Amino acid sequence: MTDGTDPGEAGWFVGVDPGDVDGATAAIMNETATEPRSWPRLAVASGYADSEREYYDRLHEVTMAATRSAVEAAERADDRQLVHAVRAMDDCTRTANELAERVAEWAGTIDPDAETGIEYARELAEREADLPASGAPVRSLAGRVVELADEAEGLRAFVERQTPTVAPNLAALAGPVLAARLISLVGGLEELAKKPSGTVQVLGAEDALFAHLRGHAPSPKHGIIYTHDAVRGTHPDNRGSAARAVAGKLAIAARIDHYSGELNPDLEAELADRIETIQAREVESNE
Amino acid sequence: MSDERLPDGVERHTFDGMTRLATRGDPVYGEPTDGEWRAWNPHRSKLGAMLELGMETGLSGGEPVLYLGAASGTTVSHVADFAGPTYAVEFAARPTRDLLAAAESRSRLFPLLADARKPETYAHIVESDVDAIVQDVATRGQARVALENARFLADDGRLLLAVKARSEDVTRDPAAVFDDVRTALSDGYEIIEDQRLDDYQTDHLGIVARPRTE
Repeated sequence: MTDGTDPGEAGWFVGVDPGDVDGATAAIMNETATEPRSWPRLAVASGYADSEREYYDRLHEVTMAATRSAVEAAERADDRQLVHAVRAMDDCTRTANELAERVAEWAGTIDPDAETGIEYARELAEREADLPASGAPVRSLAGRVVELADEAEGLRAFVERQTPTVAPNLAALAGPVLAARLISLVGGLEELAKKPSGTVQVLGAEDALFAHLRGHAPSPKHGIIYTHDAVRGTHPDNRGSAARAVAGKLAIAARIDHYSGELNPDLEAELADRIETIQAREVESNE
Repeated sequence: MSDERLPDGVERHTFDGMTRLATRGDPVYGEPTDGEWRAWNPHRSKLGAMLELGMETGLSGGEPVLYLGAASGTTVSHVADFAGPTYAVEFAARPTRDLLAAAESRSRLFPLLADARKPETYAHIVESDVDAIVQDVATRGQARVALENARFLADDGRLLLAVKARSEDVTRDPAAVFDDVRTALSDGYEIIEDQRLDDYQTDHLGIVARPRTE
């Protein structure tokens, strides 16, 4: 039996000065041990604490500090910020469209030239007061729609600026917005880097995928990567192949972005080459 | 008001005319309170459901506990209210933010941001011979997590495991998933009691087990 102070087998408090919260925090976060031991007893025996009660008080203090700083680091990471931004962008867009429909329906009762959509809301909000007095509430609502649409645009600009720094290869291959959406769907760049390409291919098509796995639907060919030009621009018969090729390269791009972070220009050329081959196939099958 | 199956510090109290499990502590998730007692919602807590169903958890109150999959701290806050030193392991950063808030007023609740599949990353903190491991992790390989963490458990301790069938395989029949988990678990544990938690949690199995000692 050892006294619990062997390197790699020691308790977090070994070698830490009782008053040194930073040192203790670092030990909590970075040290490891294969086997647990009676740490409270050993801490008292080694003189780190006068009593188990004092040991637990210190343990509470340092686990709170260590976990708080680990959480902050994880949540402030750039890819997490990107996840929030792209989700907020989609929320704003969806809400703006929903409210624009409401505006159109309402405005139709007082404006004979009422149209639909965010553009009409913008026009209505900016229009001089030629509507009856009862038009004030609907114009105010139209103003909110415009603000939400502008907010969505602002968030899109942030995403377009930020994605290439977080995931240069993914952004180059998929475009910044699709890249950010893929990261958002799995929750982070590291998570995406760990996904097999088959999963990347159907991200965003979970309903269809699970219907397939339960055995009452064909397998989905593509999820959100449908919005990629190489998939959408390919004849439906070959879209499965295109989606597979795109997903394969995106999975590789995510791994490079997470583990190395350097832009690899070859990826884009390889994908373009492969898509060209696939799209050429379509001509043959149609003749 | 005492109940032989309930640990000390867990009592049945009446909230809005309904008798519910309760512990003493600061409210965490908007649960109703009665003086210093706060209701323990079995629909949001698998351990709460296991107690509500009368499973023999072996918890007596005041003992050290390792809690795997603490999430936002809903259940672990109740555990810390009646147990002794409570080590709360959670892997995801976002819920851990809420866990920290729950741990603020509980001086014997120790939050740890760590992966329950890698016990060596917290074995230098969590003490040996805890009397109970409570496990509620939504990951594939739940039996393996329990086996990996057996090193923390006292020989006469209890594993209180809530198995989520959907985390193992969404497409398979939960009963078949539970059979596999029971089999895998038998490498290191002897199951004392198990019960479906369907009244409170869909497709979950509650298991009470003790370590196999050779």
